[in-house]
Amino acid sequence: MILNYLAYGVAAWVFLWGLYGIVTSKNLVHQVVCLAILQTSTYVLLLAIGFKVGGTAPIFADIPVGAPVVDPLVQALMLTDVVVEGTVMALLLSMVVKANEVAGTVDPEELRIMMG
Amino acid sequence: MSGRTRTILFLISAAGLAAVFAWGLRNLPPMGDYRGPYGYVLTRVAVYERHATDTVNAINYDYRGFDTLGEEFILFASVLGVLLLFRPGGREDKSKKRVQLEDALPVSDTLRVGMQAMAATMIVFGVYIAVHGQLTPGGGFQGGVILATVPLVVYLSGNVKTFEAIVSNPLTTLAECGGAGGYGIIGLLALLGGAHFLTNFVPLGKTGDVFSSGTIAVISVTVGIEVAGGFLVLMQSYLREIIEERLQEGR
Repeated sequence: MILNYLAYGVAAWVFLWGLYGIVTSKNLVHQVVCLAILQTSTYVLLLAIGFKVGGTAPIFADIPVGAPVVDPLVQALMLTDVVVEGTVMALLLSMVVKANEVAGTVDPEELRIMMG
Repeated sequence: MSGRTRTILFLISAAGLAAVFAWGLRNLPPMGDYRGPYGYVLTRVAVYERHATDTVNAINYDYRGFDTLGEEFILFASVLGVLLLFRPGGREDKSKKRVQLEDALPVSDTLRVGMQAMAATMIVFGVYIAVHGQLTPGGGFQGGVILATVPLVVYLSGNVKTFEAIVSNPLTTLAECGGAGGYGIIGLLALLGGAHFLTNFVPLGKTGDVFSSGTIAVISVTVGIEVAGGFLVLMQSYLREIIEERLQEGR
């Protein structure tokens, strides 16, 4: 019973810890890494939804069509994101570099310039 | 808001979020009991319709091709954003000299030769992964990332000048733009034949061949070029930023 929902729980667990890191962070670089952790929870969730007991990878190079496989759709959603996330993180980190240049600090608490 | 208040506020809302999440789980099927219709249908038709044995890539570059085009442009836009933020000449010193990057202290021969052999292997592996996406796990996104890590291996082997030469090559920008544009152009070419945007118009070939699955293989390669180019452009921008920083500090 517990095992049936374990993966969903892991997704929520990773998501919440990522969020906790973002909220309590004292360093913008650390905050960007927390965002990346938070995002990986979506991978766990998607893979858990697409999983099928007894299913193998949806590659029909060496198995006949019709063999039980896991859902390829959620995997397709994921794999583009893994790569795109890398460049988005590069963009965020470049913003951190510029923030440090302008404000002289990477502590979000001290970034008075960001306050409205 | 003080850090303490914020943490308390977060803990309360996180508890609420966790409760809503748990409530949302009630009617989900248990893990492993997959019921979605799309994955089931696609795994049965993709091989016959598109002659691609890797269903994931058949979805990515064909059935869901328009969506992947959007994803690719997120990548493109973030690279542009980094270029914009790190644009040269944004600072006051106009009279700066060209810095000469020095090769790092000589690393041990074992490391150097090992890294060089590894770089060569990785280039072959990256190209292999990018062009076999329609057959086996892999494809443009993965192959492109492998290719983009090759300069880092060169960097680790102590050849800083070679690293700079690779990432500063104008071809990287061309690869980034050409790859992104190529995807769109392949989609538009289908319109010329009177078909819909991104229709698979290239002959499908024999299932299991490298030259099979029509546009899936072609788009996979363009994506590989774009991803590799994009990451190289990123490395170049960061490298240039570091150099400018050092100049500012007068080192």
